[in-house]
Amino acid sequence: MTTSRRQFFGQAAAVSAGVALSAPAVEALAAEPAPAGLVDVVFEVNGERQKLRLDPRVTLLDALREQLGLVGTKKGCDRGQCGACTVHVDDRRVLSCLTLTATLQGKEVTTIEGIADGDDLHPVQRAFIDHDGFQCGFCTSGQIMSAVKVVEEREVRTDDQIREAMSGNICRCGAYPNILEAIKQAKAGDR
Amino acid sequence: MDFLRPETLAEALEIKAERPDAVPIAGGTDVMVELNYDHRRPAALLDLTRIPELQQWEDGLRVGAGVPYVRIIDELGAQLPGLAMASRTVGSPQIRNRGTVGGNLGAASPAGDTHPVLLASDAVIEVASVRGTRMIPAAEFYLGVKRNALEPDELIVAVHLTPAKGPQQFSKVGTRNAMVIAVCSFAISLFPQENRVGAAVGSAAPTPRRAPEAEEFLASALDFKNPKPLLDSVKREFGELVSRAASPIDDVRGSAAYRKHALAVMARRTLGWAWQELLAKKNGSEERPCA
Ligand SMILES: Cc1cc2nc3c(=O)[nH]c(=O)nc-3n(C[C@H](O)[C@H](O)[C@H](O)COP(=O)(O)OP(=O)(O)OC[C@H]3O[C@@H](n4cnc5c(N)ncnc54)[C@H](O)[C@@H]3O)c2cc1C
Ligand code: FES
Ligand code: FES
Repeated sequence: MTTSRRQFFGQAAAVSAGVALSAPAVEALAAEPAPAGLVDVVFEVNGERQKLRLDPRVTLLDALREQLGLVGTKKGCDRGQCGACTVHVDDRRVLSCLTLTATLQGKEVTTIEGIADGDDLHPVQRAFIDHDGFQCGFCTSGQIMSAVKVVEEREVRTDDQIREAMSGNICRCGAYPNILEAIKQAKAGDR
Repeated sequence: MDFLRPETLAEALEIKAERPDAVPIAGGTDVMVELNYDHRRPAALLDLTRIPELQQWEDGLRVGAGVPYVRIIDELGAQLPGLAMASRTVGSPQIRNRGTVGGNLGAASPAGDTHPVLLASDAVIEVASVRGTRMIPAAEFYLGVKRNALEPDELIVAVHLTPAKGPQQFSKVGTRNAMVIAVCSFAISLFPQENRVGAAVGSAAPTPRRAPEAEEFLASALDFKNPKPLLDSVKREFGELVSRAASPIDDVRGSAAYRKHALAVMARRTLGWAWQELLAKKNGSEERPCA
């Protein structure tokens, strides 16, 4: 059920965004230049090379969810205010809703699907589970992608500094205290 | 819609000359909101992110239009403390990893956080087209609400600033600490060697603007050679003159009266902090034994 529902929305959105992309189209990419109105992009997602031919208006968020089937990255607002769509591009956390896929030629993207090592969760994922760092879970992949970078930032130490560094990620369930504890655990382990 | 991806500045300027309707996109943090919500349907987008000339800064200082806030904070904090302070208050860490000063100037929102700092520290904006380069002082760059001095075939290339010669401060009032558009903002730069002060307000008039009467008052009221603790009367008068330089409106973020009041408070406080820094430096250097 879930899959078919996702497929349905995926297709519906792809059509409404004017995206022309099917398997044969991708194969043809290298051979001929993109037809008018479409643009070709080759980039890496979670270590895998991806070639897409798409409408230049397609955001990274929509490309991930609707074309690459990576639905872990969430759309909360589509205007940069909630952080649910946070991913890493060339090792920096950015908002995939404000990133045009067409600007990513040659770049490396990491999403929530790409941080675990096989079945071994990333230490930040582990810490979120240990501390109940979520309730409904909608903001969680964005929180974790942000937290992974905050854990790496050595100058961020105190609770207030962590809160400030996480201020681009909103949680409507108010799981903030547990998210803070999770990040502190991950930071302690990182030292 | 066409998507244009120049690899050099020269190529970008040629494209812009041929396609003045192409909308430049740098960090995308303003442009993308307009695209996602269909507020704007440009015939073409001009991707500036692949142009190396825009992504670097040089000593002196010439800061490329495409240098993101995070790098201004990390790499230029000592030389440009005011700009780094303002950069730290923009959006969220994710926005600062992407957003640029060039984009702030391109959008020319009266609430843009870098504008008061650029005005107070005598920044000059370098813009270019196939016709040549123009150097525009910040005070002549902002023309109206979301309107700047850029011609349709021009791009913003860099911002020229001198490394701070004295204390600088920036202050912003918002509804929370993160991700807020300024209700109003204020920047001050002291130039002790020149007995001069730069002061400018943001989000308190159709454009960001300087407060010349407040600047002149301080230049005459302060003794930069032998700085003494500030008199309350000087702070108060300065706050009053800054507030008078603004012509704010009532809107959803705040009333005009509140903005005027907040500006006076911010002006007094930032002057206090800046002067304190100057005093501390003077005292520190006097205590140091002669070599
Ligand atoms: C959630 C959120 C919070 C925000 N908070 C703040 C805030 O606190 N303070 C603040 O000041 N702003 C804020 N902004 C607005 C925005 O982040 C800033 O204005 C930022 O500086 C824009 O830079 P950019 O590189 O992303 O611009 P873009 O979106 O790429 O471009 C902005 C405009 O400038 C033009 N442009 C860009 N580069 C050039 C160039 N080199 N030459 C000519 N034109 C150019 C574009 O065509 C466009 O019109 C926020 C935005 C969001 C989404
Ligand atoms: S969906 Fe990107 S910030 Fe909300
Ligand atoms: S867990 Fe529900 S929004 Fe954060």
